[in-house]
Amino acid sequence: MNNDILSSFRPALVMTLLFALLLGIAYPLAMTGIGQAIFPRQANGSVVREDGKIIGSTVVGQAFTSERYFRTRPSAAGQGYDGLASSGSNLGPTSQALGDRVQQAVAAMKAAEPGKPIPADLVTTSASGLDPDITPQAAYYQVDRIARVRNIDAHALKRLVARTIDRPLFGFIGEPRVNVFELNRRLDGIGAKPAR
Amino acid sequence: MTVQGWLLIAAFVGILLALTKPMGLWLFAIYEGRRTALHAALGPVERGFYRLSRIRPDEDQSWRRYAVHMLVFNGTLLLLTYVVLRAQALLPLNPLGYGAVSEHLAFNTAVSFTTNTNWQSYGGESTMSNLSQMLALTIHNFLSAATGIALAFALFRGFARRSATGLGNFWADMTRVTLYLLLPICVVYSLFLIASGVPQTLAGSVDVSTIEGVRQTLALGPVASQEAIKMLGTNGGGFFNVNSAHPFENPTGLTNLVQMLSIFAIGAGLTYTFGKAVGNTRQGWAILAAMMFMFLAGTTLTYWQEASGNPVLHALQVVGGNMEGKEVRFGIAASALYSVVTTAASCGAVNAMHDSFTALGGLVPLFNMQLGEVVIGGVGAGIYGFLLFAILAVFVAGLMVGRTPEYVGKKIESREVKLAVLAIAVLPLIILGMTAVASVVESGLAGPLNKGPHGFSEILYAFTSAVANNGSAFAGLTANTPFYNGMLGVGMWLGRFFIIIPMLAVAGSLAAKKYTPPTAGSFPTTGPLWTGLLIGIVLIVGGLTFLPSLALGPIADHFAMIRGQLF
Repeated sequence: MNNDILSSFRPALVMTLLFALLLGIAYPLAMTGIGQAIFPRQANGSVVREDGKIIGSTVVGQAFTSERYFRTRPSAAGQGYDGLASSGSNLGPTSQALGDRVQQAVAAMKAAEPGKPIPADLVTTSASGLDPDITPQAAYYQVDRIARVRNIDAHALKRLVARTIDRPLFGFIGEPRVNVFELNRRLDGIGAKPAR
Repeated sequence: MTVQGWLLIAAFVGILLALTKPMGLWLFAIYEGRRTALHAALGPVERGFYRLSRIRPDEDQSWRRYAVHMLVFNGTLLLLTYVVLRAQALLPLNPLGYGAVSEHLAFNTAVSFTTNTNWQSYGGESTMSNLSQMLALTIHNFLSAATGIALAFALFRGFARRSATGLGNFWADMTRVTLYLLLPICVVYSLFLIASGVPQTLAGSVDVSTIEGVRQTLALGPVASQEAIKMLGTNGGGFFNVNSAHPFENPTGLTNLVQMLSIFAIGAGLTYTFGKAVGNTRQGWAILAAMMFMFLAGTTLTYWQEASGNPVLHALQVVGGNMEGKEVRFGIAASALYSVVTTAASCGAVNAMHDSFTALGGLVPLFNMQLGEVVIGGVGAGIYGFLLFAILAVFVAGLMVGRTPEYVGKKIESREVKLAVLAIAVLPLIILGMTAVASVVESGLAGPLNKGPHGFSEILYAFTSAVANNGSAFAGLTANTPFYNGMLGVGMWLGRFFIIIPMLAVAGSLAAKKYTPPTAGSFPTTGPLWTGLLIGIVLIVGGLTFLPSLALGPIADHFAMIRGQLF
C-alpha cells in the first residue's frame, strides 16, 4: 500500500503539468488561432457593424422594447438582455411570482389589442435571457401594432416576417423562428429610419 | 406533441445506434492498446509523457494500485484547480479583471470539475477569467472523462481476464483515451462549433450599441474549445451561467442535436466495447437495449408534460406548451429531449431551465439521476454503474432458480454482491441524508427561490445532481453559500469515489477468478428476459428508495399545478 502511494507521486505531478500544458494551454490557444484564421466573424461573436459602430450580434439577442419595433421576449438576464449575466427566471410551475408576472403581461397586451390569443413565448422568459428569436406566431401577433405606429401596410409587414422566418433543417432539426435583430433591421430598411 | 418533435427523437436514436458500433470498436482498440491511425502523429507525445513521468505503460497494476494512482492523480488535479482559482487575480488572460474566487467556491468548483460533476455555483461569465476557464476547468473536462473511461476499462478487464492479478495500467489507459479519442474529436468538434457561431477568442467581451441605442456588453472568450469537451466528456460545465441555453454556447438546432449526440456517443459505444471485451457483443447490445427502453420512457413523459404546458398559464389564455425557461430555437421537443439526455448521462449541461419545467417534466431528470445515471450514463461511469446493477440482477435471478449466479463467464459470489450493494447504497444514503439536513437547518432553508413543494424539489435536485455527479440544477436555489458549497462539495466527492473504490474491488476480485463456461443451467444474459430483469432491478433497487422524496417534491407540485394552487 505504501509503495502504491509513493510510486504515484512523480507520475501524478508530471502528468498534471504535461496535461495542463497540452489541454489547458496548447489546445485552447491552437483552436483560437485556427478559429480566428478560418472563421473570424463567428469566432468574435458574429457582430454586425454599421457606420463603424457595433450594433448587435446575429447570434445573441438584444432588447427591443419600443412600440416601433418587433419586441423580443421578456428576459431575466440582469435588467434584461444583460450580456454579462445570462439567466432564466427559474420560477417553477406553481410559483405565485410567475403567475403574477404573466398575468400583468397578458393584461397589458389585452388592453392594447383585445381578443387575440397570446403566443406563449411573448409572455415567458427564455432560458438564457438572451434569446435572439421569437416564434413566427409571435412576430405575426405584433404586425398590426407596428403597421399602425409606423403607418406601413400590414400585408407588406407580413411578407417581411415570412421572408425572415428561419425554417428547421430537414423540417425537424430546430424550430421555425424569427431573429428579431434581423427582422428589425429589415423593418428599418423599408420604413423611414427613426432618429437615434 | 408534434410530428417534427417525434422525428427529432427518432433521428437522435437512429444516429446514436449507428454510431455505437464504430465508436465501440475505436474504444476497443484503445482498450487493447493497439496501434491506431493516429499513432503516427500522437505516438511520440504519448511516449514523451511516459518518459518524463517515468511510467512503464505495460506495468500491470493490481486493483489497489490502480485505485491509488487514480486517486492521487485526481487529488493533484484538484489542487491545481484550487490554486489557479484562488490566484486568478494575479494570473494573465483576465480581460475583465475578475478577483480571486472565494475559498468555499474554489473548493466546490475544484471538487465539482474533478469528479466530472461540473456543478456550477457561479456564473461563468461573471466570475472566471479566460485562463481559469482553460487551465482550471477545461483540463478537468478531459481528464475526469478519461479517468471514467479508464475505470470502465479496468472493470471490463476484471470480467475478461482469467486468474489474473492485474487490471491494466491507469496511466496508459487515461493517456491513450485522452490522446487518441477525446482530443482529436474535440479539435474537429470545436471547429464545427465555431463555424456555427460559437466564439473562440481571448477577448473578454465586446461592446454593442443596440438598435434602440442601449449599451450592451456581450461576454466572449475561448468558448468553443471548452464546449466541445464539455459535451463529449459528459462534463456539462458551461462557459456561461446558463450553459447550453446561451446562444453563444448552442446557437442552432443543428448544434443542439450534435451536442445531444456527443453526450451519449461514448457511453453507448462503451456498451459495445464491453461486449467485445468479454467475447460476445450481444452482451453489450442487451445492456444498451435496457438503457434505451428507460431512456425512451423518460423522454416520452417529459415531452408529453412540457407540450401539455402549464394549466396556470392556460387559465390566463396563453396558448401552447410550457415555454417558461426555454429558447425559441429549441422549442418544446428539443428542450425536453436534451433534459432527459443530459441527466440520463451524467452530463448536466442544460439548454433549458429545468427549474421551470412542469412538475412531472422536471421529475424525469431528477429520477434519471437518482437511478445513478446508468441510462447510458457518464463516460465510463455509466457502464460501470450499470454493470454493478447487472451483478445484482444475476444474483437475484440465481436466488430465484437456486443456482450459483454467473455473468459473462464469471461466478458471482458473496464478495462481489456485497461490494456492488455497498456501491449502490452510497447514492440514496448521501442524497437523502444531505437533503434531510438541508431541509431543516436555517442555512439550508435559505436556499430555495420557489416556495411550497417546488422549493423542496430544488434542494432535493441539488443534492441528487451533486452526489450523482450530474451538475445540472434547479437553478433557482442560491447555492453559492458556505453551507451549500461545502455540503455539495463533500457530496460530489463521496458520490464519485465511494462508488469507484468498491467497483474496482469487484473488478480485482473478478479478474482473479477462473472462467466458468456457460452450461444448460446458466441464466442467459443476452435475451429480452434478461433485458427486462435488468430494467426491473434498476428501477426497484435504484429507484424505489427515492419515491417518498419524489412524492414530497414533484408529485405534490404536480397536484398543486393541476388544481391551480400557487405558492
